[in-house]
Amino acid sequence: MRIYLDHNATTPVDPAAAEAMMRALQDLFGNASSVHYYGQQAKAAIDGARSAVATLIGAEPADVIFTSGGTEADNFAIRGAAEALEAGGRRHLITSGIEHEAVLQTFKALARRGWKTTVLPLDSSGIVSPDRLRDAVTDDTALVSIMHANNEIGTIQPIAELATIAHANGALFHTDAVQTAGKITVDVRGLGVDLLSISAHKFYGPKGAGALWVKRGVRLAPFMAGGKQERNRRSGTENVPGIIGMGVAAERALAKMPAESARLAALRDRLETGILKNVPNTEVNGAPDTRVPNTSNISFERIEAESLLIALDLEGIAVSTGSACSSGTLEPSHVLKAMNLPAHRAQNSIRFSLGAANTEEQIDHVIAVLPRVVSKLRSLSAVGSRR
Amino acid sequence: MRIVVAMSGGVDSSVAAALLAEAGHDVVGLSMQLYDQREGEHGYGSCCSLDDLHDAGRVARRLNIPHYIINFEKEFQETVVRNFVDEYVAGRTPIPCAHCNSDLKFATLLDRAQAFDAELVATGHYARVDADASTGRHVLRRGLDSTKDQSYFLFSLTQAQLSRASFPVGHLNKDEVRDFARARGLATADKPDSQEICFVPDGDYARFIERTTGDLDSAGTIVNLSGDVLGRHGGVHRFTVGQRKGLGVALAEPTYVLELRPSEKQVVVGPRRELEQTTLTASQVNWISGSAPEAPLRVTAQIRHRHQPAPARVTSTGGHRAALEFDTPQIAVTPGQAVVFYDGDVVVGGGWID
Repeated sequence: MRIYLDHNATTPVDPAAAEAMMRALQDLFGNASSVHYYGQQAKAAIDGARSAVATLIGAEPADVIFTSGGTEADNFAIRGAAEALEAGGRRHLITSGIEHEAVLQTFKALARRGWKTTVLPLDSSGIVSPDRLRDAVTDDTALVSIMHANNEIGTIQPIAELATIAHANGALFHTDAVQTAGKITVDVRGLGVDLLSISAHKFYGPKGAGALWVKRGVRLAPFMAGGKQERNRRSGTENVPGIIGMGVAAERALAKMPAESARLAALRDRLETGILKNVPNTEVNGAPDTRVPNTSNISFERIEAESLLIALDLEGIAVSTGSACSSGTLEPSHVLKAMNLPAHRAQNSIRFSLGAANTEEQIDHVIAVLPRVVSKLRSLSAVGSRR
Repeated sequence: MRIVVAMSGGVDSSVAAALLAEAGHDVVGLSMQLYDQREGEHGYGSCCSLDDLHDAGRVARRLNIPHYIINFEKEFQETVVRNFVDEYVAGRTPIPCAHCNSDLKFATLLDRAQAFDAELVATGHYARVDADASTGRHVLRRGLDSTKDQSYFLFSLTQAQLSRASFPVGHLNKDEVRDFARARGLATADKPDSQEICFVPDGDYARFIERTTGDLDSAGTIVNLSGDVLGRHGGVHRFTVGQRKGLGVALAEPTYVLELRPSEKQVVVGPRRELEQTTLTASQVNWISGSAPEAPLRVTAQIRHRHQPAPARVTSTGGHRAALEFDTPQIAVTPGQAVVFYDGDVVVGGGWID
């Protein structure tokens, strides 16, 4: 039996989305910018997908820009806003320590080019404190970027409150909603943000497709120069099959959301309760109540997460930890480190992220396997106590 | 049987994995990341090792076996690199590969293997291990390809480690290994053998040591055996016993480094005949059988990786120490190198030259 519990990394493509993509590959080869019939056919399909994606996040279709994924959307939002606002004299950017690398590395790149950056620290709840943001934001602040929910611990941030603080100081607000879109309600108006990134493959769409929502009136420097596609904001021939797959996946995710969200929360709680009860010296990381429903991050005391991940994979159970570096080794999680947890907690934590195919039976199997694997690893002192 | 294969990204361990997989074993590939290889943030300057890890992964995927890279940066730094630097600073000439095998690879991989329910750990070393049915003990032998034999680097393995070790290419020669890899389309088939110490890819040990230690104040004098000062040198760590080139002193007869005296910052030089030595002592001696011999043993002894083994008599002097007497004088017995005792192609034991 193989059990996939790594849906925050990626999800399998929804069959309906795959089918629509296959049709697009075969029948919709036209270039959406072309004037003729073939171009119009492709363009019409993109229109449909744009509407579906807009509906998923409570937006107008015209404000949705398709990108190659979440990383591009994040880079686009931050670099595009920074460039557009540079002329206004604002030279300060704010983010948090638990952001995705797409945001953190973009901040570093801009810092090297002379931007002042502030990375907000967090407490062990993993929630960005509005007071901290209030203290950090100044009249010089151009943009605040805080993720909607964290990929490793699932914690949902008080985006509406944070965005209000940014706006009070005349700064723009971007949120990376890659881990919430399709999982919980994402409403650009309710959140009150200016820029919002999403990625198709996190909600059963294909890889290589994502979107940036830009609030009407927000100025953003174009990210890719070229043939002026996407209303001259993101040039490049549209990835028609990817966009169509994203549209179908968005529709499906929205339709299933209330029921699926409740089902996953129940399964997640079953897993968490089972682990805490059956595996001694385990602890949940992050605020337990304000989380996306599918995510659980658990510390296994005296266990190196790296070894536990491999041992579980050899048992057919796919989980994850931290983030993979260029070689593929696992690094201590920057998210848990940013939460000021004791150093070892960042090295002995595993993320379980559930999804559509998971069943109670699978969860019970995981709960049955874990105690044996963990106690074996703990009995090998060198493996457990390394570092 | 589940077997963990330590995959370095070279052809030997690639073929080791392939042989075991083809024999029907449940093979799990593990690679060790030994130092920070993030792009642009190299701990040790430019290095090809990230490519090695990718190569190991490519081979594993080709063989359709699971493959994982484990981060051993900290352990490598604390055991192998630190020892390497300390030894040079102490006027000795270390062999980091031997320390890496015993202190890191086998120690940690056997642990991992147990954690992952694997019975054996296999590597791409040219050596052989087999069980002696009469004694129940494990015997370590030279690899069949005498030009590639690596048993010298494995002298410190214990019976417990040998009982769970496997060297699948030990009975092949290098050409056979490459042919095998080529026939199966393994990406590493024609990859050159690694020559340098992996964490000093440019081979400039002295600069590496200086960079690691910061201000290393070991410049001093070059003296002869009578104590006459012949010149100055830039640091004791830049020399090794037996070295002839780069001394910076011009003398009538060929001159060699005889001895390093780090506390006096002296490099002692002299003619080749003074390099000859008949006896040596060794520490941290490991006897492969698990117990030290009670009487002196006739062996052939090897004092460098590329040294022609020479007949000698070795005596255990207790406390994991041994004294060795060669039948004929040997050139450049170098502190910090290993001395390994053989009986034919069987490794009897070995230790570190004092």
